Amino acid sequence: MSNAITMVEAVNLALHSEMRRDQSVMVLGEDVGVNGGVFRATVGLRDEFGMKRVMDTPLAETMIAGLSVGMATQGLKPVAEIQFMGFIFPTMEHLIGHAARMRHRTRGRLSCPLVVRVPYGGGIHAPEHHSESTEALFAHIPGLRVVIPSSPARAYGLLLAAIRNPDPVLFMEPKRVYRLNAQPVEDSGETLPLDTCYTLREGSDITLVSWGAMIKETLEAADRLAQQGVSCEVIDVVTLNPIDHNTILASVDKTGRCVIVHEAPKSGAVGAEIAATIAEKGLLSLQAPVARVTGYDTVMPYYRMEHHYMPSTADILEAVNTTLEFS
Amino acid sequence: MDTVFHGEIHLRRYLSDQGKPEQVLPDWTHSPERLVRYYRNMVLVRQLDYKIIALQRTGQIGTYASLLGSEAIDTVVGDLMAADDVLVPYYRNHALQMLRGLPIEDVLCYWGGDERGSAAAALGDDFPNAVPIATQSLHAAGVASAFKVRGEKRVAVTLCGDGATSKGDFLEALNVAGAWQLPVVFVVNNNQWAISVPRSIQCGAQTLAQKAFGAGIRGEQVDGNDVIALHEAVSEALKHAREGKGATLIEAVSYRLSDHTTADDATRYRASEELKAAWEREPVKRLQTFLHEQGWWDERQEQAWIEEVGQMIQTSVDAYLARPQQPIEHLIDYLYAELPNALEEQRERLIRNAQPGGSRHE
Ligand SMILES: Cc1ncc(C[n+]2csc(CCOP(=O)(O)OP(=O)(O)O)c2C)c(N)n1
Ligand SMILES: [Mg+2]
Repeated sequence: MSNAITMVEAVNLALHSEMRRDQSVMVLGEDVGVNGGVFRATVGLRDEFGMKRVMDTPLAETMIAGLSVGMATQGLKPVAEIQFMGFIFPTMEHLIGHAARMRHRTRGRLSCPLVVRVPYGGGIHAPEHHSESTEALFAHIPGLRVVIPSSPARAYGLLLAAIRNPDPVLFMEPKRVYRLNAQPVEDSGETLPLDTCYTLREGSDITLVSWGAMIKETLEAADRLAQQGVSCEVIDVVTLNPIDHNTILASVDKTGRCVIVHEAPKSGAVGAEIAATIAEKGLLSLQAPVARVTGYDTVMPYYRMEHHYMPSTADILEAVNTTLEFS
Repeated sequence: MDTVFHGEIHLRRYLSDQGKPEQVLPDWTHSPERLVRYYRNMVLVRQLDYKIIALQRTGQIGTYASLLGSEAIDTVVGDLMAADDVLVPYYRNHALQMLRGLPIEDVLCYWGGDERGSAAAALGDDFPNAVPIATQSLHAAGVASAFKVRGEKRVAVTLCGDGATSKGDFLEALNVAGAWQLPVVFVVNNNQWAISVPRSIQCGAQTLAQKAFGAGIRGEQVDGNDVIALHEAVSEALKHAREGKGATLIEAVSYRLSDHTTADDATRYRASEELKAAWEREPVKRLQTFLHEQGWWDERQEQAWIEEVGQMIQTSVDAYLARPQQPIEHLIDYLYAELPNALEEQRERLIRNAQPGGSRHE
């Protein structure tokens, strides 16, 4: 049996595994080589695969993304690391203006099978700009997959899938749970499916929808509710673009109630897209308004006050109770 | 073939690693006032740095970027800037911000995860420090554009690291500063490392100063551990800018004597011999030796000053630790000039959750 490993170790395992299997996979980014990444996600790669395949780049995110576009069109599979989500914005010109539409605008002549990995989210007492959740900015972009694992096993299988995927993928790693809840992960080389939600727990009274680190609080809430006799179905959305709405709609059709939980600010976020789709296609199955438990529409506070921003298990319980009591 | 461009980069340096004059010193160094002032400040900020690291180790402050090795650069730049110039700093410039009026207590606040650390009124028009690398270079060019448009004799001064010079923002800022002849001074604190990435693989050019050539501005290298060389280079650059002659890029060659931040472990990627060698060149000791030899500073003064700054720092630490938490609604209230109606409900929720019985009450 394999040893229990953390999410960041699972990312590392997937990178090793796929680089052994596929010579065209390259890793590039700031501090990813000798240092093994500031979170150690790329530790050991440089020793095993050498500096031609594991590149410590100059400090320039625009360059990292632009290079990746160039490499990807030529048959390489770059897996770029952006050190923190707060520093991803310079990549947008290349990811949005080029990677996400290369296949489309060349009518399939060229493609961009690249992965950008990026740690994101709050709760680790980091300095400013190191704790935001800006997935919605990318999930809005046609042609760009946005994938977020919530456990070591899914990080492994989804990262393999992201690397093998023929189109660009933004792979966002919830760093708050990087080292929480180790679990056995076998280096099977097997991918997990993208573009599908994962039902983590089946239930009949209410559907809880979340992704990333907030899955932890969502499952905690589901546990507590189970003790009170409330049966929650918990859905991990995983791929935020394109979203597998069918799984969510089928669940809401069964439970009639839904609470969406995310760390990002409320307005214009992915939760809004999910709620809107339920309103469009599942209105008649609803027995209560869809509720959202989210961060606030404000700048992520510096670490001293960040817990005031982060949605808590108690917030989820409150929203669930309100939703259940609605009549 | 005609040579259509010719450029040279000079390294300015007066004091040897051991604090011995290597050439004729400028006149202002013939009296002690300024040099002693520089020295005292460098000792102060170094003592503060040790204190902050101790606070971090005991969980009283968050992840912190040490200033060890940049004492001379920040001290000289801060001392020479005019009060109404504008500083556009990066995250390793708290020593410089202090000379611009930032109280020690606010430095602690900032690294202690509290927004009030950037709020000090004394900072006037100065920017808060930039964490997204090199973004500040462009802001400084914009500040300088404002001065130029209004015909003011003010100068924008901005600092960044060696790693930052790889970023488009930095090069774009140099470029526009050259194209528009902007009153801006770019100081690169080349401390040889960008986290784990050494200067040698950051950029193929022999010096970072020569990036000035591509932008058509002045560029020079200066020993960043030598306050006299720094003083000369920075004064000239400020004067040049103030006279409307345009921008300068100063590459101050220093060494990061610390880990990148308290979250980093430089032993993973940096040879201990290299660090040891760098301590032989460090700025505080160098100036101390020089002052000793001039008879301008002695062991007794050293002890008295260390004691005095120790008390000053402790008073600030006590004030920092005793500072009440900021009002919870400040997490929203400063977002817009006026609170939009749309945010009122969230604001109430934020306050309610922080109260006893609320979901975020600690
Ligand atoms: C745009 C951006 N990318 C990445 C980071 C993460 N990061 C913080 S400091 C740093 C290295 C900076 O090195 P350098 O410019 O040499 O400045 P130093 O810290 O050495 O003074 C990196 C990569 C960041 N803050 N901003
Ligand atoms: Mg540096």
